[in-house]
Amino acid sequence: MKRIIGGLLLLLLSHLALGQVERGNILIRGGTVLTVTNGTLEGTDILVKDGKITQIGKNLTIQAGIKVIEADGMYVMPGIIDAHSHIGIDALNEATNPVTAEVFTGDALNPFQIGLYRALGGGVTTIHAMHGSANAIGGQCETIKLRYGVKDPEALRMAGAPRTIKFALGENPTRIHGSWNSIVPRTRMGVEFVIREALSKGKEYNEEWGVYNKLKNQKGFRGKAPEYSARLETLGDILNGNIIIHCHSYRADEIYMLLKVCQDFGIKKLVFQHVNEGFKVAPELANFGAMASVFADRWAYKFEVYYSTAYNAAILTKNGVTTSINSDDPELMRHLYHEAAKAEKYGALSDDEALALITLNPAKQLGIESRVGSIEVGKEADIAIFNGHPLSSYAIPMITIVDGIIRFDRDKDPDDVRIYVDPNQELDVSFKESGYDNVDNCMKDALQSFADFFETN
Amino acid sequence: MAKRIQSTIIIITVLLCAFVFALEAQNPKGKYGTFVLKNGTVQTVTRGVIQNGSVVIVNGKITAVGTNLSIPAEAEEIDCTGQWIFPGMIDSGTRLGLTEVRSDSRTTDFNEIGDIIPQMKALTAINPNSVLIPVTRINGVTTVLAAPEGDLIPGTAALINLYGYTPDQMFGGFEGLVLNFPKAGREGLADRRSEEDVKKAYDKAIARLNEVWDMAVQYHLLDSATKSKGVKYYPEMQAMMAVLRGERSVMVEANAAKDIQAALQWISARKVKKVILTGVSEGWRVAAEIKKAGIPVIVGPVLSLPDREYDRYDRAYSNPGLLKKAGVKVALRTKHAENVRNLPYHAAFAAAYGLGKEEALRSVTIVPAEIFGVADRLGSIEVGKNATLFVCDGDPFETRTAINLVFIDGWNVPMVSRQTQLYEEFLNREPGLSKK
Repeated sequence: MKRIIGGLLLLLLSHLALGQVERGNILIRGGTVLTVTNGTLEGTDILVKDGKITQIGKNLTIQAGIKVIEADGMYVMPGIIDAHSHIGIDALNEATNPVTAEVFTGDALNPFQIGLYRALGGGVTTIHAMHGSANAIGGQCETIKLRYGVKDPEALRMAGAPRTIKFALGENPTRIHGSWNSIVPRTRMGVEFVIREALSKGKEYNEEWGVYNKLKNQKGFRGKAPEYSARLETLGDILNGNIIIHCHSYRADEIYMLLKVCQDFGIKKLVFQHVNEGFKVAPELANFGAMASVFADRWAYKFEVYYSTAYNAAILTKNGVTTSINSDDPELMRHLYHEAAKAEKYGALSDDEALALITLNPAKQLGIESRVGSIEVGKEADIAIFNGHPLSSYAIPMITIVDGIIRFDRDKDPDDVRIYVDPNQELDVSFKESGYDNVDNCMKDALQSFADFFETN
Repeated sequence: MAKRIQSTIIIITVLLCAFVFALEAQNPKGKYGTFVLKNGTVQTVTRGVIQNGSVVIVNGKITAVGTNLSIPAEAEEIDCTGQWIFPGMIDSGTRLGLTEVRSDSRTTDFNEIGDIIPQMKALTAINPNSVLIPVTRINGVTTVLAAPEGDLIPGTAALINLYGYTPDQMFGGFEGLVLNFPKAGREGLADRRSEEDVKKAYDKAIARLNEVWDMAVQYHLLDSATKSKGVKYYPEMQAMMAVLRGERSVMVEANAAKDIQAALQWISARKVKKVILTGVSEGWRVAAEIKKAGIPVIVGPVLSLPDREYDRYDRAYSNPGLLKKAGVKVALRTKHAENVRNLPYHAAFAAAYGLGKEEALRSVTIVPAEIFGVADRLGSIEVGKNATLFVCDGDPFETRTAINLVFIDGWNVPMVSRQTQLYEEFLNREPGLSKK
């Protein structure tokens, strides 16, 4: 018996150790610090203790046992945050029903993906690992930190980050469900109905449980609990304000539709993703307090993004919408700093406004702005160091730090960074990924399974 | 009464003027004639940088470059103080003009049916009125190779300048046969063929390529011997003849190191006369061999992932620089359509990761002009060349730099695209939140 308890305890302890996040101590000396919230500080030091920024100033004292990074001539900015990505997970589209609020990308985390390291090589430290866009209401998403090197999926999670869920409007849900499977939605009318119906059921579910929870402790109550549903519970949590909606959308009409739906259901936490035509309803977005996470310049890969403009981020920002620039792509993700700079070309945003597009603003959209997104005392030490100004297209990310731990160092970049090597992998086979055409990354699993089914491409 | 008529006329005139002006602001036209771009910093590419220099444009050509030039009396003067003048950028591999909305096959014309169809000409399918074209050219990319894609030989690519209303007005003076060299490996994660099937498909493709090449050689010999009288209509073979006779380049697409090596062997064994290697994403692995073969390469997209999980993260960025270092002649491509406008940033990344700024500039100007055999017309700012150039307020590879003027074949191109028009309309939308 003792041995069993001991064994259980050991198991528990090892589990705790596995899930634990490694935090470091570092002094970054003499860099040009782009704080995002407090302007640019020349020749400034940043002291990091136990994974947090504890001091920012000039000529801080070097303390014993703390690693020093000489950043003279370098640019130091907050780690880049990608509010729309699909790396670090092994599944992303539960394309079996127009509503799948019960599934969760956080159940499919994969810390071995090489993409995590490559993103670090672009100064990225936090990403929103999203469900795909096959369903009008897709799955819940996980906010993760790029702690590449850990082997435990749990260690990727940004513990305490708010819950988020993917919604999707337009061509993707109507194509998957309506055109291919002949179930609602086939049109944008159907998408609205599917969402209203789901939220209404979530509301009823909340009410039924509310009544039950109120009555169950009363003496003599003989009623039975309502049937549990993970899907309806999640929808109910959205209505309770516990989950942020991140909605895949392109056209102005469908964006406006969801604003009205959310208004009717009293939902306030709403971020539109892609939102290529967000610029057309910027006053409405601003008025609602909805946020927008856009591409810098992707367009024309499908009809609903034909009437786009690279000035989208600037128009939204100038209309008062909290805007971020995302990648939705493992390659684009590596140069979000360059994508942000495009908002200076297309619409003349300032340096600070452009940097906020990939730091503070995506942090706000994920509800983590009190922890990351700027260089401030008390924030988590997620930091990217560049050899030039990050808004220059010649700038190279040199060091990327997550929780005070160096996770990427260009000078020590090994030839092969894989943590896990598949023994069956045929090294000698050339392997050209045709990633270039996969602009609609949101549809990955859905299109693949469909292609398998019909043996088409 | 007379006064009323007069004031009505004035009102009508004012309204008409406003209307015409508004129309012009919406759809401005290109201007052709005699121009002098004065007092700019001229980056000639081939002959250094000229401070306080001027460029004279007459009838589509550059007629003078330098300082203290005699200016034609009729020239429209454009002050370029504080501005830079660069030759138009050339993207050496795109789908521009051949597709409008990528997911919609009805708007996509780069992929005809057939495994060997050299007679299919990209130039035929160029849509001069594509909305994508103004978006591209106002960023300083003035010339692109529009290339077909598909099976072994998907057709003939064409160099086009991005201003004109017919393909012939746009033609840039080069056509090249596209040859996708067979791939020995898998094509991405979705490729789930067995190893045996992959090998079978490869052997079959090589055999097919050799068979067609042999036929083309016979056809060419027969055609030469009979002065074209002894051959029948055979479009595939007729299209191949120019290649066999060394009159037309073959653009051999190969990316994996093994495939590049196999392609080099095949090119040498077949004694192919004019060859350009394209793609070449693993060129850095076999750079010395490419150099030895003396074949120029068109590399890109630079902004892409490494081919293999175990490759260094920045291989696609550093590939052009590593090839150049080995002595290979390097031009760049985006292989894009709607975002060919990002060519300068592909060049910037190549520059930062080892190619250097100067070579990066050459790789999108004079080098492709040389590779395509049009260096007498394009690729630098020199007297006698086409007036295909742009004026900007800084380094064109830097994102924030504004391109202010673009000339293509001497046409002063309107700096408007649908994307700028949407900006004008929606920055301060009317009505705003309330319709009043």
